[in-house]
Amino acid sequence: MAGEVHNPGFLLASLEKVVNWARTRSMYPATFGLACCAIEMMGTGASHYDLSRFGMEVFRASPRQADLMIVAGRLSQKMAPVLRQVYDQMAEPKWVISMGACASTGGMFNNYALVQGVDEIVPVDMYVPGCPPGPQSLMHGILSLHEAIKSGEIRHGTGVI
Amino acid sequence: MSDTPHYPGGDRFAPTVEPPEEAVEVPTGADEFRRVHDMWVAGTEEPPWLAAATDEGAQELLPADVDPRVDAEEGSAVVDDYLERPDVSADELQIINMGPQHPSTHGVLRLHLELEGETIRRAKPIIGYLHTGMEKTAETLTYVQGATNVTRMDYLSPFHNELAYALVVEQLLGIEIPERAQAIRILMTELNRVASHLIWVATQGMDVGALSMMLYGWRERERILAFFEKVTGLRMNHNYIRVGGLAADLPDGWEDDVEEILEQVPKGIAEYEELLNENPIFLDRTVGVGIITPAECHAYGVTGPIARASGIEWDLRKAFPYSGIDRYEFDVPTGRHGDVYDRYLVRMDEMKQSFRIVRQILETIPSGDYRSDDRKVTPPPRLRIDQSMEALIHHFKIFTEGFKVPAGEAYQAVESPRGELGMYLVSNGGPKPWRLHVRTPSFAAVQALPAMLADSLIADVVATLASTDPVLGDVDR
Repeated sequence: MAGEVHNPGFLLASLEKVVNWARTRSMYPATFGLACCAIEMMGTGASHYDLSRFGMEVFRASPRQADLMIVAGRLSQKMAPVLRQVYDQMAEPKWVISMGACASTGGMFNNYALVQGVDEIVPVDMYVPGCPPGPQSLMHGILSLHEAIKSGEIRHGTGVI
Repeated sequence: MSDTPHYPGGDRFAPTVEPPEEAVEVPTGADEFRRVHDMWVAGTEEPPWLAAATDEGAQELLPADVDPRVDAEEGSAVVDDYLERPDVSADELQIINMGPQHPSTHGVLRLHLELEGETIRRAKPIIGYLHTGMEKTAETLTYVQGATNVTRMDYLSPFHNELAYALVVEQLLGIEIPERAQAIRILMTELNRVASHLIWVATQGMDVGALSMMLYGWRERERILAFFEKVTGLRMNHNYIRVGGLAADLPDGWEDDVEEILEQVPKGIAEYEELLNENPIFLDRTVGVGIITPAECHAYGVTGPIARASGIEWDLRKAFPYSGIDRYEFDVPTGRHGDVYDRYLVRMDEMKQSFRIVRQILETIPSGDYRSDDRKVTPPPRLRIDQSMEALIHHFKIFTEGFKVPAGEAYQAVESPRGELGMYLVSNGGPKPWRLHVRTPSFAAVQALPAMLADSLIADVVATLASTDPVLGDVDR
């Protein structure tokens, strides 16, 4: 007992692992559907692919109750401030998945209307490639994010606690 | 360029289907066409009021006898300033902003609702949150690449976008498409119509509280998407219908897949009808809600299931048949009341009619090539490239420079699940469009929302909005 108290590193590391594990078990996504990818995101949550197997099916309309923002689709210049506001309203710790080519890089639309990658607006933790990514790709992205959080690779989301 | 618009199916103002009595003249595509023509092509023939306009402001652009405030009072126009009502005290008025980040706006539509108590006095749709600049992007892509761009526009009915684009380019090229390719085009677009309506019934059900519809609708849609994936390689945004034909022929054993769809999906649809048709909650939320009259449909250019639910028997597949759809038998379902419930009935019937067409295609599909044999437009078969210098040159030209389309302009509309989807193309003889304008059905549906929502309850907003089935990629493009 005395040894454990005098060895703070042991206790701290374990707690962090437990916390990280707990964070991956009930991660609520915020609905941020923009375009085609949003349909695949809804399809992932619906009956056939059933995102609830990973405890992820509760899409919250209110950013205050969400931990993960899946930016699904192309982000126009007009929508960019809205994205940032929704991100700022989410409580820490929070994570962002950039779903699809348009969200990640602007995709095929290299023009005046689109933001060339949402990482210009918000910090992104995981990029899911595809146009649109199929439900399997999105699930792989989500599970990879879970793994990265559990292993401590991504510590507290990208914000500061 | 010719002065008169060229329509492939004959005179636009002589519909082959008799409209009912309330209907005024046949609207939309032609008016839109002329408007764009005046704006972008003719250029020199300005209307007098436009010529007299100054830079003082947008109000100057209106003809003198139009008072925007009167239109705004009637809900047929919106102005940016808030309407003051002498008969209502300011305490009873409230403005509610809905969207663009809202679970029930079907994307990123924003609604500005002016309320008196719980009654909506005025609704203003605000769009542009998904503006992607696709019409501009189309000018930078060759005709070979163009389908990649347009297929992402209305992402619930990608095949219809591709078909409209392919048809309008083929109209200028003047090439014939083999019958098998035409039949496959109709097969894919009709299955796409079912997939789109299935999403609609899923989201409409969810928005009025029937959450199980969300799960059921997606279950049936996945069957159709699995077939699409098998044929095209992608679940959405297929880029399958190309100028000159198709990207590939149907895979072996496609008959069995379609047969299974024809067997399983109608079963699901029968299940939905059992769940919803006489469900008292569903009836309470939809009957008599969000009414639009035939005259209003004409005024706003609303087409598709919304107009048909109001009693306008107008379907481009009957009026201006494209891609050989006149070979197949089907009916155009119409409603009578123009409310949300009639739109539901019309869409359910449309799915059954689409299955009728698919069944006929399955039985009568001709053999032949899946693309035109015009080597200037379609790439040669892989084997020929090793054998023939000419084939090699054609292949190289098509995939580097692209093929050239004769100078001119053309308009082509198809009946998408949301209504008349028209593409207007101007070519200056090069390998890229000089201008592409798209007339989208969702845009007309969204601009008719103020008429549907005026003087209704705020609780009906979501039901009405869902019933118009807007796709914001289609509205903003």
